[in-house]
Amino acid sequence: DTGHSHPSTLNDRLLIKGGRIVNDDQSFHADIYLEDGLIKQIGDNLIVPGGVKTVEANGKMVIPGGIDIHTHFQMPYRGTTTVDDFAQGTKAALAGGTTMIVDHVIPDPGCSLMEAYDQWRQWADEKTCCDYSLHVDITHWNDSVKQEVDSLIKEKGVNSFQVYMAYKDYYQMSNSELYEVFSFLAERGGIAEVHAENGEIIAEEQARMLQMGITGPEGHVLSRPEELEAEAVFRAITIASQTNCPLYVTRVMSKSAADIISQARKKGNVVFGEPITASLGTDGTHYWSKNWAKAASFVTSPPLSPDPTTPDYLNTLLSSGDLSVTGSAHCTFSVAQKAIGKDDFTQIPEGLNGVEERMTLIWDKAVTTGKMDENMFVAVTSTNAAKILNLYPRKGRIAVGSDADLVIWDTDSIRTITAKTHNSAAEYNVFEGMELRGAPQVVVCQGKIVLEDGNMHIISGVGRFIPCSPFPDFAYKRIKARKQLAVLRAVPRGMYDGPVSEFSLSRGGTPSASARTSPTKQPVRNLHQSGFSLAGPPITPDDIPIRPAGRRIVVPPGGRSNITSLS
Amino acid sequence: MSDCRREWNREDELPVYLAGPIATGPNQRKSYGMFSSVEGAFDSKTIDFDNYAVGRKGSRTPRSGSRERVLDSGDPAGKTSSEGREGSLTDSPGEAEDVRPGVVVRYPSGMESSNGESERLLIKGGRVVNDDQSIYADVYIEDGLIKQVGENLVVPAGVKVIEANGRMVIPGGIDVNTCLMKSHLGTQPADDFLQGTKAALAGGTTMIIDHVTPEPGQSLLEAFERWQEAADKKACCDYSLHVDVPQWDETVKEELELLVQDKGINSFQVYMAYKDLYQLSDSQLYEAFSFLKQLGAVALVHAENGDVIAQEQTKILRMGITGPEGHALSRPEELEAEAVFRAITLGNRVNCPVYITKVMSKSAADTIAQARRRGCVVFGEPITASLVTDGSHYWNKNWAKAAAYVTSPPLSTDPTTPDHLNTLLASGDLQVVGSAHCAYSTSQKAIGREDFTLIPEGTNGVEERMAFVWDKAAAMGKMDENQFVAVTSTNAAKIFNLYPRKGRIAVGSDADVVIWDPDSSKIISAKLQQSASEYNIFEGVECRGGPALVLSQGRVVYEEGQLQAQQGAGRFIPRKHFPDYAYQRIKIRDQAKSKQGVTRGMYDGPVHDVFATPKYVTPSPSAKTSPTSHQPPPIRNLHQSNFSLSGAQADDFVPRRSGHRIVAPPGGRSNITNLG
Repeated sequence: DTGHSHPSTLNDRLLIKGGRIVNDDQSFHADIYLEDGLIKQIGDNLIVPGGVKTVEANGKMVIPGGIDIHTHFQMPYRGTTTVDDFAQGTKAALAGGTTMIVDHVIPDPGCSLMEAYDQWRQWADEKTCCDYSLHVDITHWNDSVKQEVDSLIKEKGVNSFQVYMAYKDYYQMSNSELYEVFSFLAERGGIAEVHAENGEIIAEEQARMLQMGITGPEGHVLSRPEELEAEAVFRAITIASQTNCPLYVTRVMSKSAADIISQARKKGNVVFGEPITASLGTDGTHYWSKNWAKAASFVTSPPLSPDPTTPDYLNTLLSSGDLSVTGSAHCTFSVAQKAIGKDDFTQIPEGLNGVEERMTLIWDKAVTTGKMDENMFVAVTSTNAAKILNLYPRKGRIAVGSDADLVIWDTDSIRTITAKTHNSAAEYNVFEGMELRGAPQVVVCQGKIVLEDGNMHIISGVGRFIPCSPFPDFAYKRIKARKQLAVLRAVPRGMYDGPVSEFSLSRGGTPSASARTSPTKQPVRNLHQSGFSLAGPPITPDDIPIRPAGRRIVVPPGGRSNITSLS
Repeated sequence: MSDCRREWNREDELPVYLAGPIATGPNQRKSYGMFSSVEGAFDSKTIDFDNYAVGRKGSRTPRSGSRERVLDSGDPAGKTSSEGREGSLTDSPGEAEDVRPGVVVRYPSGMESSNGESERLLIKGGRVVNDDQSIYADVYIEDGLIKQVGENLVVPAGVKVIEANGRMVIPGGIDVNTCLMKSHLGTQPADDFLQGTKAALAGGTTMIIDHVTPEPGQSLLEAFERWQEAADKKACCDYSLHVDVPQWDETVKEELELLVQDKGINSFQVYMAYKDLYQLSDSQLYEAFSFLKQLGAVALVHAENGDVIAQEQTKILRMGITGPEGHALSRPEELEAEAVFRAITLGNRVNCPVYITKVMSKSAADTIAQARRRGCVVFGEPITASLVTDGSHYWNKNWAKAAAYVTSPPLSTDPTTPDHLNTLLASGDLQVVGSAHCAYSTSQKAIGREDFTLIPEGTNGVEERMAFVWDKAAAMGKMDENQFVAVTSTNAAKIFNLYPRKGRIAVGSDADVVIWDPDSSKIISAKLQQSASEYNIFEGVECRGGPALVLSQGRVVYEEGQLQAQQGAGRFIPRKHFPDYAYQRIKIRDQAKSKQGVTRGMYDGPVHDVFATPKYVTPSPSAKTSPTSHQPPPIRNLHQSNFSLSGAQADDFVPRRSGHRIVAPPGGRSNITNLG
């Protein structure tokens, strides 16, 4: 499962001189020596073999290559595929300073997860130009899926699985299913990723919009208001906390959803939020564009928020650490493909670009504005993703022994984003016309220079599949500690031996269906001890300490200062 | 008038030694104002310093000469309430007692206390406390209605006079949540409409709104009629009914319409818990809310995530936990908060007012408070139990005691919960207090002795409700007396469209009036309460404040600890749809929020072919049946097409605010990390 080992990578040796190495924890000046696709030495005055190619960094930042934790390359959709396949997509990624992508495997409901996984592996191994890993989406839930998830974790190097709370009657899972999936993943050490939107209400709203005669792309955002995203995020966090499973919310698109995540993190929930390039860079006002094709190119789910202050807000939360990683959710369709939904917005294929612009956009929106420092920039574009996927420190860090994926970052270069010059095959770029500061100057992937002086030297198919192992410390250390603490115990009581009313189970039924099949006949009881008494006020000594409500609080003459305190 | 009130409060609540001197000091009462009291009626509020002298208990006779002036009619019937109180009221020596005289009832000569019809009553010398203001006024009652409020009322001779002696005269309480006929596995609650309304009256509550709880599959209308029949026979006070919606289909819709139009019901409860029994899915909730909104009804929600609860119950039973603690463990408060959040989201989407019944936890209450801050039309109802006690009792070694606390959502195990809920109630973030009174006997609770999921759910609280709100919030200084009236009575009347017939002391309102004694104090015990259940979950809790006298429909039904309730006297009070308190904002938002599509040139570019048998099903099943295919296409100008595949558009830059480059000025921006 280690993928290709290209013969040419073995002899590539490279020395990067005079750079400032920026990791997520510190920045320092040092030279880096790369060999065989690994970082071999870091320091000053390195002793390296003769004839090594040297790159002069001239004091520029040298950062770990970006990891785009969320892409949909070559995704099949109604008999067609997204316009960026693994070759085109990874090329765009490398051009933007991203040296690893994590793609979503989306099996059709009812189909085997394993088959889908194999299919994706085949497509990716053929074409990718950089290392990759895979998430697998769980689109339905039963025992055979459980088996497959188990073997994907154990044998196939997948540790993250996405479930859907939207797409009713298709991908959507009920709360009970979510509970079961989360419980199972918590047991096996997987990360539960969730597409958080309330699918049931969306279905109702879509029907209402269409009835009102709204068929254009603005119907997409009107039928998926951001409170439905926030609601689903809230619910997912609740269920994950109940099952003690780490949760990862893909595509945080709105302020309210981001707020819910940051509140939950303050309460101690293990939850990670992933804003995407588009939600950090643009907003949903474009859905009202008079140009249908342009409006349609912004269609994605959850939709971009029409609130124009959203990008700024999300960048702030990303800087403060409340949101943890950034993806691109790159999933591009041509205008002709988008036009499938020209008469009905629910038919518009969902997805937009962002893999190439991701790092530049964050630099421009968050670092040049002073919201985050360069170390945090590395953390949210690369290191945190590597930690969640359990690839750290192989990826996401410049250290001896790590993979030689790194980027010399030029903080000052300014370029204008346009569909004419981008590497994606899509006709529209949602960031069209934006002037962004900061760009990769040199990109090294697997120890080889793939971008230099604006020229790309890529080889399709050199990308390796990087297996992710379960129980990543970044998410599971806390989970494990909590599991040990949260042991529930019954109260040992004397048996109740008083009168019991007549009742019929047939009428009314029990509150819970599961209760009927519960194994309640077995509990061990001490038949000699009965604490029950019908007589009088049942004040037993052990009552008193737990009864704070019973104490009379007399208002002292001077009044109490904290009497209306909310605590 | 506010002067009056403030001064009264100051004198009333300040310790004796700080209270101002009688008629000459800075606290001198202003009289002769528009709303000032009857002249001379309250000059008598004096402090008898003799009574507070060290080592001397106050005498129980009227203390000062000035008081005799008040009772100038010469009728020496001055029996104070503290004398007449039965044993349940413990007099706390020297503190509550003797500060003020009790309530005095004087009967006209030749007439004894009668329960006869068309009783005429004059409440003299009380401080009328509504939710908006407190004024000194007399209240004249005739034919079960309040006929006059003011000073120097001209009333017929021979009227029974009640001397309130400056005590609070408040609108009778409205308990918005009782379940007096909710059967569980075939057994009826221990308190029926008779016992339950007696308990209500004894606690100062003169109206209840009971939940009609049909089983799934039963007719809502039939259930409603059964409830109404039972209540008409037994209820001692006025009542109204909520109807619970146990399932959602077309027949239910018709019945709802009938109930709203003909039967005077404007509130319906839906359940997000009780999986496979009452629980509705999100889609059903959406439809139910949409429908209720059209009818102008208030959607009541039992908010708990039933799916997760079912899973947790199975898990906990499998672990061998079968006692009442399993009830609390399987229903953690975050599931309540989650469901509250979801219900509010749904309500906001549909633009339907949502009312959360039984707010039991801090997180649920906080969720409501936050939503109100965002502008959602949502109301929260904490109950007596959640305002007073907590869930630590589920771990009690005495099974019967632990089981007595079982209700859903459960009492929170966090002991700071009651205080927090009282604070939110005082601040207006929570609006009404119910009791969720649903008392089962221990033998009924014992149905679930081997499986906590079978324990009938419900706690007592109808009788204790008002007193505890007074004790925990008003007597603590969290809320004032007006807010006390608002949360125990007025807000409920407004939300459910009973206002101002109920919930206010005003001319024309029903004569449901309580004379409230803020100083009385008692220790709650199952023996002394009206409820038929063996356990009282407030057992042993001391509680300040209580009704001194209760009038229901103009009749004295509770006086000095004596209950004179009359079975079957209660009337069904029909309620109109579209209560202003909930629907005014809703209506305006509907007008403001009408959505419009964008008029565009028709897309005439290439369209990708889709397989005839699409592998991809549309996200929504409703989209398949959407009328778009057979609808006349929206009017388009075929000559105008602004579609172009090439490059940038002229309008590209217009709405594109995010496209503007933000250059950081050299000095930095001050609000750069501002979250706004």
